[in-house]
Amino acid sequence: MTEETVTIPTSGGALAPTLRPPAATVGALGWVRANLFNGWFNTLLTLLSLYLVWLIVPPLVKFLIVDAVWTGTSREDCLAEKVGRPVGACWPFVRAKFTQLVYGFYPWDQHWRVDLTFALGAALLVPLLIPRVPYKALNAVLFFGVFPVVAFVLLVGGVFGLQHVETRAWGGLLVTLVVAVTGIVVSLPLGILLALGRRSRLPIVRTFSVIFIEFWRGVPLITVLFFATYMLPLFLPNTWTIDGLLRALVGVALFSAAYMAEVVRGGLQAIPRGQNEGAMALGLGYWKMMGLIVLPQALKVVIPGIVNNFIGLFKDTTLVMIVSIFDFLGQLRAAFADPNWSTPSTLFTGFAFAGIVYFIFCFGMSRYSLFVERRLATGYRR
Amino acid sequence: MADVIVPANDATAPAPTGEKMQATRNKVAVEMVGVHKWYGDFHVLRDINLAVERRERIVICGPSGSGKSTMIRCINRLEEHQQGRVVVDGVELTNDLKKIDEVRRDVGMVFQHFNLFPHLTVLENCTLAPIWVRKMPKKAAEENAMHYLARVKIPEQANKYPGQLSGGQQQRVAIARALCMNPKIMLFDEPTSALDPEMVKEVLDTMVQLAMDGMTMMVVTHEMGFARQVANRVVFMDMGQIVEANEPNEFFSNPRHERTKLFLSQILH
Repeated sequence: MTEETVTIPTSGGALAPTLRPPAATVGALGWVRANLFNGWFNTLLTLLSLYLVWLIVPPLVKFLIVDAVWTGTSREDCLAEKVGRPVGACWPFVRAKFTQLVYGFYPWDQHWRVDLTFALGAALLVPLLIPRVPYKALNAVLFFGVFPVVAFVLLVGGVFGLQHVETRAWGGLLVTLVVAVTGIVVSLPLGILLALGRRSRLPIVRTFSVIFIEFWRGVPLITVLFFATYMLPLFLPNTWTIDGLLRALVGVALFSAAYMAEVVRGGLQAIPRGQNEGAMALGLGYWKMMGLIVLPQALKVVIPGIVNNFIGLFKDTTLVMIVSIFDFLGQLRAAFADPNWSTPSTLFTGFAFAGIVYFIFCFGMSRYSLFVERRLATGYRR
Repeated sequence: MADVIVPANDATAPAPTGEKMQATRNKVAVEMVGVHKWYGDFHVLRDINLAVERRERIVICGPSGSGKSTMIRCINRLEEHQQGRVVVDGVELTNDLKKIDEVRRDVGMVFQHFNLFPHLTVLENCTLAPIWVRKMPKKAAEENAMHYLARVKIPEQANKYPGQLSGGQQQRVAIARALCMNPKIMLFDEPTSALDPEMVKEVLDTMVQLAMDGMTMMVVTHEMGFARQVANRVVFMDMGQIVEANEPNEFFSNPRHERTKLFLSQILH
């Protein structure tokens, strides 16, 4: 804009020339100046952050990489006295325990079944997550409908000549993934139904939903797992045995469904009533209105909350340890007990590895949710 | 535009009832008999009697809070009436969900705030209900939608999202969306009230066009120019009652009730 005369550019008149921005505001230097050193306070924060990074990163790199032992067969190779230098992470420990961390006590000769399940799951999940890949409907049916059955048959066995493997023998990453994926896949649809139920005009449906949600939110997950594992059998007839892992699975799924319901309800409340009215006026019934108009918008609003729940659930699965189901972290702790690998750095190495594994899964979910959010942000409001 | 000459109806005639209703079923599009509604203790609609004939165009005006919107929202059951009868195209509205859906399929509605679906493109907004409610094949629904988008003069916006359009364009999409269901009756709830002044005309022009094509219309609006131009009858409401209903010339030049005169003097400066 000019100072004295305000000229309104019309299609006929000449526009002011397009200029390049001042050099000091662009490029790496401009960015640094604008974001890190604009004012004394930000400069102070920048220096403080740099100090923190310097405090944390070099020792971490030193422990995990520089001083780390990469090869070896026993604790001897990871003891500073024997090696004759400071010792960081003892990676041979992880390598030696790797199968245990992944498969638990699943029979050695049957590991291919677990591998096949993992591969199948990944092969179906990855194309489902990439928007460009076609046949989404078929893919979804395969992943949500067929895959669980196939995985169940493969992992449990007992049919088609497959050896039966008790869930008690399962463990490690296998259990973590089974519990997490089941929890995630079951809790979202169940949570949506509960959220709709809580906003329903039908008193019975609403009351049931409220009671269900408040009950499961009101008790800690540990209590749920304890109850499912140790108390439930007391109430059920002796002949009626439910598999231990299944009980934990149901507990985790219902528990997270209650949380999911409240997240989804938040999303539903963010959608203006006009959307309902617009849909109703077109003659759409309740389920079509919800499925086509309200939920797509509501779920989009609460993607961060939903993924937050998924991530929380993924990490909470480790609580099944309490009822003697040894998930990834459970197996890790069991591995610590092996005297063959007891060194000063075993514990740190193990937890560092666990941290990295959990981080990969959780960070992956987090990044993917950001991607989905951006993709769904169709220019609008109202 | 050329004046559309349609014989004015005598609004004071008693609403047909009983066997007579059967006989007039083909002529009467909407019939409200002794309709009452309360919000809690608040009496919003008091003894509404109104019969709208096919191809008739009714403009409803009145001060805010007079129950105009509530009344037309009773016609497609966005609001429930608690007493009296509402019969739309021969179907009486009760708690029967089937009948409500039946009525809603045949009654299009245009809202003050458009209520377009922001997550769907303009074209998808227009094809959604035909596909899911009328079970129209996708291809046919799209052709149908393009036909109506062309009629409201925005076929080139079909693949944009509502948020990328101006208010006037959005409202025209909303009109097209309703028309795609091939409705017998169109309800307009203050369709121009949320628009910037320069966009009011494009929406009104679309509505005038629709009127000329013979659509049965009930329009809540304060656009008195529109009322003069296309209405067969103007209905004035106040305090939840129909105070006066008359053909536009009489209504504007010779209002009978004091309340109507006061209202007109306030809006026609």
